[in-house]
Amino acid sequence: MVSWRLRTLDRKLMRDLWRLKFQALAIALVMACGISTYIMSMGTLHSLTETRDIYYDRYRFADVFAALKRAPLSVAERIADVPGVMTVYPRVVFGATLDMPGLDEPATARIISVPDMGEPPLNVVHLRRGRMLEPRETDAVLVGEAFAEKHNLNPGDRVTMVINGHKRTPMIAGIVLTPEYVFSIAPGGLMPDDKRFGVFWMSRQALEAAVNMDGAFNDLSLKLTHTAQVKNVLDAVDLELAPYGGLVAYERADQLSNWFLSGELDQLKVMATVSPAIFLSVAAFLLHIVLVRLIATEREQIGTLKALGYGNRAIALHYLKFIAVIALLGALMGAVAGYILGKNLTGLYASFYRFPMLTYEIVPRVFIEGALFCIIAGFSGTLVPVVRASRLPPAVAMRPAAPPSFRQTLVERLGLERWFSQPARIILRHLERRPVRFAFSVAGVGMALAIYVGSSFVVDALDYLLEVQYDITDRQDALVTFVETRGSRALEEVRGLPGVMRAEPGRMVAARLKAGPREERTSITGILPGGELQRVIDDKLRAVTPPESGLVLGRKLAELLEVRAGDPVEVEVLEDRRPKATLLVTAIVEGFIGARAFMDINALHRLMYEGPNVSAVAVSLDAREAAGFFAQLKESPLVASVLRTEAARKNFDETMGENMRTMTLFHIFFAGLIAFGVVYNTVRVAFSERSRELASLRVIGLTRGEVGYILLGEIGVVVLLALPIGCAGGYGVAAALSAALDTELYRIPTIVAPMTYAHAILVVVTATLISSWTVWRNIRHLDLVSVLKTRD
Amino acid sequence: MTPVFDIRGLTKTYAMGETVVRALRGVDLRVEAGELIVLLGPSGSGKSTFLNIVGGLDVPSEGQVIFEGRDLSSLSEDELTFYRRNHVGFVFQAYNLVPSLTAKENVDLVTEITPNPLSSVEALSLVGLGERINHFPAQLSGGEQQRVAIARAIAKRPAVLLCDEPTGALDHTTGIVVLEAIADVNMRFQTTTMIITHNAAIAAMADRVLHFADGRIAREEKNASRALASEVTW
Repeated sequence: MVSWRLRTLDRKLMRDLWRLKFQALAIALVMACGISTYIMSMGTLHSLTETRDIYYDRYRFADVFAALKRAPLSVAERIADVPGVMTVYPRVVFGATLDMPGLDEPATARIISVPDMGEPPLNVVHLRRGRMLEPRETDAVLVGEAFAEKHNLNPGDRVTMVINGHKRTPMIAGIVLTPEYVFSIAPGGLMPDDKRFGVFWMSRQALEAAVNMDGAFNDLSLKLTHTAQVKNVLDAVDLELAPYGGLVAYERADQLSNWFLSGELDQLKVMATVSPAIFLSVAAFLLHIVLVRLIATEREQIGTLKALGYGNRAIALHYLKFIAVIALLGALMGAVAGYILGKNLTGLYASFYRFPMLTYEIVPRVFIEGALFCIIAGFSGTLVPVVRASRLPPAVAMRPAAPPSFRQTLVERLGLERWFSQPARIILRHLERRPVRFAFSVAGVGMALAIYVGSSFVVDALDYLLEVQYDITDRQDALVTFVETRGSRALEEVRGLPGVMRAEPGRMVAARLKAGPREERTSITGILPGGELQRVIDDKLRAVTPPESGLVLGRKLAELLEVRAGDPVEVEVLEDRRPKATLLVTAIVEGFIGARAFMDINALHRLMYEGPNVSAVAVSLDAREAAGFFAQLKESPLVASVLRTEAARKNFDETMGENMRTMTLFHIFFAGLIAFGVVYNTVRVAFSERSRELASLRVIGLTRGEVGYILLGEIGVVVLLALPIGCAGGYGVAAALSAALDTELYRIPTIVAPMTYAHAILVVVTATLISSWTVWRNIRHLDLVSVLKTRD
Repeated sequence: MTPVFDIRGLTKTYAMGETVVRALRGVDLRVEAGELIVLLGPSGSGKSTFLNIVGGLDVPSEGQVIFEGRDLSSLSEDELTFYRRNHVGFVFQAYNLVPSLTAKENVDLVTEITPNPLSSVEALSLVGLGERINHFPAQLSGGEQQRVAIARAIAKRPAVLLCDEPTGALDHTTGIVVLEAIADVNMRFQTTTMIITHNAAIAAMADRVLHFADGRIAREEKNASRALASEVTW
C-alpha cells in the first residue's frame, strides 16, 4: 500500500540519486570497503574455526602435552590414573638432521613415533598421498605435506637423515597432515620455513631402536574428560615427570601450532570489528553532509509536499529510502567484494595453515549483518536531519531559509587579516561557520592517512625488528645446536671447520622462573662476556654485559613476572640435575622475540654445577667457504639443527614480503577511497551550496582560477590540517596494534618510517587532486545566467 | 446554509528573536461554499498567515477555524495533514513544482494519495496542458508551470482552493490564462476559492474582496457581479 502510494515520490528519489550518482557511488564504495572487510574476515574466521574444530575433533588432537628426557612406559600408565585423564599417548619424539639436495646446510627434522600396529590414539595423521606405514615397517616414514611440497618429495622417494648419530635413508611411504602442525614452525623460528624444517613419522619400533628408547617415552599427549580440572592434571603430570627430566606440561592453548592459529583468528576478529567501524563511520559522515545539503536544496519541495497532504512519515521515509538505496548498494558491492576477498584470503591461509580441506564458506548471517550495518550506519548519520526535515512546519519550509550568518574569523578577531587576501578570508569564514563539518572533514581525511600509516607500519616495524635481531643481537651467520650438551671440545671442533672465522659457545637451559604467585616457563641463555655474536642490548640498542652473578630479563619476561631490576626471582632449571636458586634481577634488556632470560655464561655453568659445556655454538663464516662448512655439518652425528641467519632472513622477507605487497595495495586503495570520498563529497556539497555566490563572483569579474581558489582553497585547508593529524593518528593506530600484537612469542615495535608517512600523504594528496579536478570542471562550466535566475 | 469556514477571533503571534510579531489580531469571517474571495493588502498585513492557517499549513495562536463543523486548531498534525490532503488545493506564486518530476508526475503526487481524484491527464487538460504532460518544469514557461500547479491543486477535487499570488511572477497575458483556469475550476466544481494578490484589478473577479491591514480585515466589499478573468486588465 505504502509503496504504491509513494510511486511518484520514488521516481523523484531515483532521479535525485541519478543526479548525485557520483557522490552516492563514492559513499557506497566507502561502505563497500568496510563491509567487504567484514564479510571477508568473518567468513574466513567462520571457515577457519569450523575447519579447525572438526579437524581437531576428528583427528583427536590432544588437550595436554609434555616433553621429558626419558621415562619408562609404566609412568604413562600411572598418569592414566590421574583424575580427568581420558587417554594417555606416550611417544618418542626426536630431532634429526636431513641432507636435502639443493640445500647447503642440513635441514632440521622432527621425528614422531607412531604405533607399530593401528592408528595412534591421539594426534592422528591424515593421509594426503601414498599410504600409511605397514605394521612393523621399519624402513619407511611418513612426511608432512609442507616439507614434501617444498622439496618435491613423492611416495617412493628416499631421504637421507642423521638420527642420533646414525645415518639412515628411509623410504617415504605417504605424505600426511596432522593437527599438531597445522602451522609448522621450527623451534626458535620466526616464520614457517618449510624448506628447512619438516615433520616425519616413523614406526615406534624403528624409532626406539634408533634412539635407544626401548620401553620408554620422551613425549606425552593426553586427552582429558570434559569435566577435568586442567590445572590439577598439569600439576599431577609435572609431579610424575619431574624425576624423568620432565619439562613443564602445557595445555592445548600453549601448543605452538594452535597458539599461532588462535592468534590469527583473534586478529581476524579485530579486523572484522575495527576496519568496518572506521569505514562505516566515514560513510555515515559523508551521508550526513550530502543529505543535509539535499534537504536544504529541497526545503521548499518539502513544504510543497506537505501542503499537498504528505505527512511527516512520508517525507522521512522518502529521505530514508534515499539513504537505504546507497547503503544497500554499498552492502551489495561489499558482499561481492567480500566474498571474492574471503575466498582469496582463505586460499592464502590454506598455504600457511595446513588443513585436510579448507574452503571459504558462505555464511548467510554475515551477509545479512553486513547489509544491516550499512543501513544502521547510513541512518545513524542521517536520522537527525531527516527527522528535522520531516518536522519542518510546511509554512516555514515554504519560506526560503534565512541567509547564513557569518562573523569575523578568529584570524580577523586577532587582527591578522592584513596577512590574508579577500578570497582567503572568504575561505576562512566558511570554514569557521561550520566548525563541526570542518572538523569532521579534517577527521575523515585524517582517517584515510591513519588507515594507511597504521596498517603499513608493520613493514617498517618488521624491518626494524630484523635489523635489531640479526645485526645487533644475534649476529652469528649460523647457530649450530647439538643433540646433547657437550664439553668445551665441541667448540674447538667447530672452530676447526672450514670457513669459521669466529666461534662462540652457546649455552641454553630450559627453566621455570617464579616471582611471587607468577610463574613462567622459559629458557636461560648464557652470554659470553665480551662476546661478539650473541649479545643483549638495552633500550638504546647498546650491548649490555651481564654481571658475573644474577639474572638479566628480557622486557617481556619482566612484564609477565612483574619484576624490576633488584627484585629476586626463583629459578628452577628443568634439565640435568634440575638445580634451584634464587637470583636477583640485575637488568632488564630489550628484545622483540620471545620472553627470555640471560646470564653470564660462567654464572650459568656454576648454577648448573658443570664445566664450560656448550649446547650450541654461534659462528661467523667466511662466505666463500660456507658451503664446505655446512657440508661437514650434514655428516655430523652430533648436530641437532643448524639455524642459518641469512636463510632465516630471506625466508622472512619472501614470506612477509609477498603478503605485505598485496596488503599495501589494499591499503592504498582503502585510504585513497576514503580520502576521495571525503574530499569529493565535501567539495561537491560546498559547490552546490555556493554556486550562486561563486557565479556572482564570476559576474563581478573574478576569473575561474580565482573562483576555483575560493572553493578548492577550503578543501586545501582541510587537507593541510588533516596531514599532521592523520599522521599522528596513524602512529596512534600503529601503537595500538603493537600493543594488541604484543605476545609472549614476539613483540612488534611501534616504528613508522618517514617513507611510510610520505606514501600516505602522497595517496591522500593524489585522491584530493583527482576529486578537486572533477569539481574544477564544473566551475569551468558554471552557468552564470541560469544560476543567478534561480533562487538556490 | 452552513458556511464552509466559520472563523472566529483568529490570532497569530510569532516570536522573531526578541520581538513578538502579531501577524493576525482577531479575524472573524464566514465563507460560503463556492465563493471566490480575493484578499488584498500590503505586505505584512497578515494575508499569507491567514491563508496558511485556513489551509492547515500553520496553526493559530488563538481563535477558531471551523471547517465543515470541525475546529482546525484542535486537529493533530496527522489530522491536519489529512485535511490538506483531502480538502485543500494550494497554488503558490513560485509554482513549487518538484523539478525532477514531469508535469503529469507532479499531478500524480496528489492523485496517488487522495480518494476519488480526477485523473492527472484530465486535470492537466482542464488547464489546457493536455499536450505537455511529459515535460519537466524546466521545459515549461512560467504560465505553464503555474497551470501545472493549478492542475495539481484541483486534481483532488478540493473543497477549498487557496492561491497565494498566483500571477505574481507572470506577465499580463499569461496571468489572464492562469486566472481563467482558476475561475473555471471555481465555477465548474463550485470550489470555494481564496486568492491573495497585490493586484487590485483582480478584485473584479471576486464575489467578495477582503482588505487586510495590520493583521485585521480592515474592509470588506461585495461585488454585485463577477467580472470574467478575460475582462481583467492591469
